[in-house]
Amino acid sequence: MTDTRQRLERIARARSAVRDFFARRNVLEVGAPVAGARAVTDPQLESICFRVVNETRYLQTSPEFALKRLLAQGSGDIYSLGTVFRDDEQGRWHSPEFTMLEWYRLGFDHHDLMDEVESLVQSVWARVPAVDRVSHQKLYQEVLGLDSLSATVEQLKACAQRLQDCPFTETSRVFWLDLLWAIGIEPALQGRACFVYDFPIEQAALARLGASKGQTVAHRFELVINGVELANGFWELTDADEQQRRFEADNLNRERLGQPRVEPDERLLQALHNGLPDCAGVALGFDRLVALSSGFQQVSDALALSWDRA
Amino acid sequence: MANFSTNEFRPGLKVMLDGEPCSILENEFVKPGKGQAFNRVRMRNLSTGRVWERTFKSGETLEGADVMDHTMEYLYTDGEFYYFMDPVTFEQHQADKKAVGETHLWLKEQDTCEVTLYNGTPLSVTPQNFVELEIVETDPGLKGDTAQGGNKPARLSTGAVVKVPLFVTQGEVIKVDTRSGEYVSRASKS
Repeated sequence: MTDTRQRLERIARARSAVRDFFARRNVLEVGAPVAGARAVTDPQLESICFRVVNETRYLQTSPEFALKRLLAQGSGDIYSLGTVFRDDEQGRWHSPEFTMLEWYRLGFDHHDLMDEVESLVQSVWARVPAVDRVSHQKLYQEVLGLDSLSATVEQLKACAQRLQDCPFTETSRVFWLDLLWAIGIEPALQGRACFVYDFPIEQAALARLGASKGQTVAHRFELVINGVELANGFWELTDADEQQRRFEADNLNRERLGQPRVEPDERLLQALHNGLPDCAGVALGFDRLVALSSGFQQVSDALALSWDRA
Repeated sequence: MANFSTNEFRPGLKVMLDGEPCSILENEFVKPGKGQAFNRVRMRNLSTGRVWERTFKSGETLEGADVMDHTMEYLYTDGEFYYFMDPVTFEQHQADKKAVGETHLWLKEQDTCEVTLYNGTPLSVTPQNFVELEIVETDPGLKGDTAQGGNKPARLSTGAVVKVPLFVTQGEVIKVDTRSGEYVSRASKS
């Protein structure tokens, strides 16, 4: 590992670079609550909860809901650089506690925001590899020879089975798309930097849906460098009713997976009802950016004191 | 046997997969953006030596394998089996040729080695990193070649053939690194 002082300087310089970048663009830094009254419903995200002053609070997995409420209150363009927590995520590129850079831009769509993400990354990492852009559909076509938007579960399963013995009984397209990402796509993205955009609608998360070449897609993107997911962005969903339906769908999935129900954030829904301005937003793993740009082999080197030693 | 969850898979952990004992080599946590978390695992099948790549949903469990390494003394071979003795219990174990594999090239009677037992039966045998063996056949060395380097093949008492420096002669005992199969030095005089 690099010398401690050098490591800390890398981290500090990256923080300054981020703040300078947004100051130049007139995007305001805001502090989002770390412990919120509500948690995300996404079955793939586990919030850490605890009791404080006789009520349950959740360590936020991202500042998304708080920032959207501020946007609905008229904040204008904002960003947050802060600590978030995710239970059950630990590995070379994962730490249960990490630093997330998240920002929202009014009037941007996901393509405008990809341009800005690329500039932001360059401001921290002068020698970032050239970043190309590929649609989700084209990427799966190139690497695995299947159509990620329309392939059936059977086709996805057969494709995975060709790569590896996969004794799974799941029957959702999302599961098999995720598995193919883990065993086929991610390894193929080693040595490459690219934005993957326009996801299958089952993977929309909080992105709005739209048409691309006659097919309905989710206007979501990810920046992947060397197989590591660095950022995930949306042309944001602003429809409160659709948001409520997705919360309920998440809870149905949680029930199917034997996970506890998570009460939807009614304050976020109220904010969407009041009117979230048209915007695009992105969350970027700040520690991963520091690690990749510094040549660190694991994300824990980009934390002043890693989770193991916290 | 206890069950182990994917987050407990550490290199060296012995688990059962498809009815075969395996040793974990690598375990990488992967989570596609906003998707299902997986662990991509590389493991060695201890029966065949083959490396398997498997992907598990994070949180899945595997049964531990009753696999233990024991230091034992090598006794002898009857041509079909190799016999080892636990120096503490004096219990004897017979290992077949498949379990001994290439290790027979480094086994000298009364030497100690690591015997991996699976359900009480030898699964594999690992020699010590360095063994001392006698040269039973090699060309005569040429005088004056000590400084020049160069080497020649030498057959050892176990049947192994290693490259030795030209000055080493038949009947000498040499020290060999069993991991690389390379000559290290002449054996220390005892």
